[in-house]
Amino acid sequence: MDNSLVLLLLLTPFVGFLFNVFLGKKAGKGISGALGTLAVVVSFAMSVYFFMQLNASGKPIAIKLLDWIQIGNLKVDFGILLDQLSLLWLLFVTGIGSLIHLYSISYMHDDENMHKFFAYLNLFVFFMITLVVGSNLLVMFIGWEGVGLCSYLLIGFWHKNQEYNDAAKKAFIMNRIGDLGFLIGIFILASLFSTLNFVEMKQALSAGNTNTALYSIAALCLFIGATGKSAQLPLYTWLPDAMAGPTPVSALIHAATMVTAGIFMITRMNFLFDVTPEVQNIIAIVGAITALVAASIGLFQNDIKKVLAYSTVSQLGLMFLALGLGAYNVAVFHVITHAFFKACLFLGSGSVIHALHGEQDMRKMGGLRKAMPITFATMLISTLAIAGIFPFAGFWSKDEILMVAFEHNKGLWIMGSIASIMTAFYMFRLMYLTFFRDFRGTEEQKHHLHESPSLITWPLIILAALATFGGLINLPGSNWLNHFLEPILARKHEEHALGSQEYMLMGIALTGAIIGIGWAYSKYIKEGFVPKQDSEIVGFSKTIYHKYYVDEFYMSLILKPLNALSNFFRTTLEPALGNIVYGLGTVANGLGNQGKKVQTGSIGLYLFAFVIGVLALVSYLFLGQ
Amino acid sequence: MDNILNQIGIENYIFLSILLFCIGVFGVLYRRNAIIVFMSIEIMLNAVNLLFVAFSTYHQDPKGQVFVFFSMTVAAAEVAVGLAILVSVFRNIGSVDISNLKNLKG
Amino acid sequence: MAPVLIIFYVLAAITLASAFLTIYSRNPIHSAIYLVICMVSIMGHYLLFNAQFLALVQLIVYAGAIMVLFLFTIMLMNLNKEDEVHKPRITRLGAITVLVLLSTVLLLLFRHSKPFFGDYAPIEGDFQSIKKLGTVLLDNKDGFMVPFEFTSVLLLVAMIGAVLLSKKEKQTK
Repeated sequence: MDNSLVLLLLLTPFVGFLFNVFLGKKAGKGISGALGTLAVVVSFAMSVYFFMQLNASGKPIAIKLLDWIQIGNLKVDFGILLDQLSLLWLLFVTGIGSLIHLYSISYMHDDENMHKFFAYLNLFVFFMITLVVGSNLLVMFIGWEGVGLCSYLLIGFWHKNQEYNDAAKKAFIMNRIGDLGFLIGIFILASLFSTLNFVEMKQALSAGNTNTALYSIAALCLFIGATGKSAQLPLYTWLPDAMAGPTPVSALIHAATMVTAGIFMITRMNFLFDVTPEVQNIIAIVGAITALVAASIGLFQNDIKKVLAYSTVSQLGLMFLALGLGAYNVAVFHVITHAFFKACLFLGSGSVIHALHGEQDMRKMGGLRKAMPITFATMLISTLAIAGIFPFAGFWSKDEILMVAFEHNKGLWIMGSIASIMTAFYMFRLMYLTFFRDFRGTEEQKHHLHESPSLITWPLIILAALATFGGLINLPGSNWLNHFLEPILARKHEEHALGSQEYMLMGIALTGAIIGIGWAYSKYIKEGFVPKQDSEIVGFSKTIYHKYYVDEFYMSLILKPLNALSNFFRTTLEPALGNIVYGLGTVANGLGNQGKKVQTGSIGLYLFAFVIGVLALVSYLFLGQ
Repeated sequence: MDNILNQIGIENYIFLSILLFCIGVFGVLYRRNAIIVFMSIEIMLNAVNLLFVAFSTYHQDPKGQVFVFFSMTVAAAEVAVGLAILVSVFRNIGSVDISNLKNLKG
Repeated sequence: MAPVLIIFYVLAAITLASAFLTIYSRNPIHSAIYLVICMVSIMGHYLLFNAQFLALVQLIVYAGAIMVLFLFTIMLMNLNKEDEVHKPRITRLGAITVLVLLSTVLLLLFRHSKPFFGDYAPIEGDFQSIKKLGTVLLDNKDGFMVPFEFTSVLLLVAMIGAVLLSKKEKQTK
């Protein structure tokens, strides 16, 4: 029973993918979208069923589908593990996935390749489920690569635009760098444990036998994989460019689900990271720096989706900070709340872009509050949530991260807090520029301003509700999530007693957020400030506007030398090698031309040669002895 | 009439066959007329056949003769086809002198 | 000297002489005639061995069919005159050298392999009459029934091939 239900959970999106690929065009847009959505809803229903079951019994479900690889003493099964962690992920992947599918039916309705879009989305959900439910690292890796592929396909969905194609390639290549690290990590772990199964690895590790140097290298490699997928320094640059894809994609893949795969993987492997504190330190520092850098870039972006992208990078940085401090449950908490409000924000921005017929520049927006009340309201709620205002979901999760940081290291706490203040500032800057004051676009656009259809607004409303109440799952005091996750974490998480220190920290965080909001308010509402044109930006802000020139830095540090090397190979080495090969050919050719002269065509001579040859053979064979 | 090899001796037949075969080889090498070359080949075949029969008698085994029978069949087929080829060569080139057949030149 | 031996020597002399004349005479028609004599003398050898069937086949196939084919071809090509150009000395020298070499090698080979012969011990029994040969050839258990049938296919193919080859090619344009 469970087996077939698990397969239903896993394979329904794949069936949807197959249907949309082969029959989607014929079936028409309505059926294609409806079936694509239905497939994910079925998966969601299955996830809920298993979640209930697990919540009641508390026993994880492990299923071995088939034997897969057996080399030497390494044995890898194609297995599925449904425990607390994977079910949590499944719930919000398929749940938010369903909402976004629903949203896409309306959003992509005018696109001629809608069936292709749904095929890719379904394939993505399939791979994401594979990633999450895999019982070992190799199955996870299949999903890991698969979601990377779908991300590539969906970023380059509008493939007629070369820039979008470049963005897709950039995302793919950046991810490959991380994936290489992940693979090496898998290899090291395979050689250490002779198994890749999470449960078995955990048992082997808890049994002692610590080879810390190799463990550290493996953990570091896994972390490199995570930085690629979850857009951390130094591999984060692909995520802002990935906004080239359709907005539902940005919401689903590049905000809510795929980019959290790195966090999922590190949480899965928490038993490994717990024994390698030096790697944990690296993770925490990288996370904090990423949060700060991305937030500062977000301050100056004018593209509404780019702001959200940098905000995503920054929030992911906060999650990694929590991971690095060993507070996996806190990171997971933030992943969940972030999925709610960030998906809502992206979908809201999609609604705005939809209303403005593809305009993404905030300098040409403004005053949309009255035209799009539902979009405004939902986005405001989510913005309050991401800014960390009491009592929205983001407040609780972000506050816990900062609290953990404060306990461990004041420096990290300061970095995280500054990043949070910046977040509050640029998010409200976004809100003010988009929804307040007067409309700055063309007359024609103003004429067409309208609220989006209900298929778009309902997902927004649901997500906004979740963003409001999502914090309930782990309120200080009840800590439902912490208890729920306890079985999969190697180290017990110490409870926070709600003392004066905690209240003080909450107060500080809240004050910081309000300062950020007030700053944005005074600048953009009171003074009516509108960001200048690209050419007028000078000084340090220009550096930030150009994202610290990281892309250019990579270009000159890696790309240029690589190009020069390739050029050297092409212009110098290849001709040299070619000459050797061609030289051999010329020699053979010359020899052949000389040898050709032996073939005079005279049959008489051939006969002589033949008879003499036979003579020689006979004498050798019979007279030689 | 029986046991003719007692009176003649297998050696004599071997000598005869060798000489006949050598004459055939000589003919192939010496002459340029393709028809004569063909005849020389027939002589060589006959030399071998003769030896077969001689040894068939020597070993008192009829299978040697059966073999000669097959070899004769093949020779007949070979001659038919070979002569047809020669005719067609003659028709195209106007001569059967093997020194004129130089199409094998590389 | 036994009369059989005398017959053998005479026959052998005829065989070798006519073979030599076959390759030596300049006129192809003469060569063909000498070849017929050679074939008939070889038939005589077969008769000496009491291989009656082979003797008859030799007469019919070689001296009859094959020689007729040769003669027809020669006449078809109008080659009945001595039109062969003078051969270069090197060819003659080479041919003679190879002849000498080959004979030497083969004779040496024969001498070399003589010890393997052993003594000849004749056994009485029928092993070469037409009746016996027919049994061996056509017995379908351990005989040569199938190869025998296949020779007919071979001959058929040869016939078709010969017809195709000597057919005048049609002008395709």
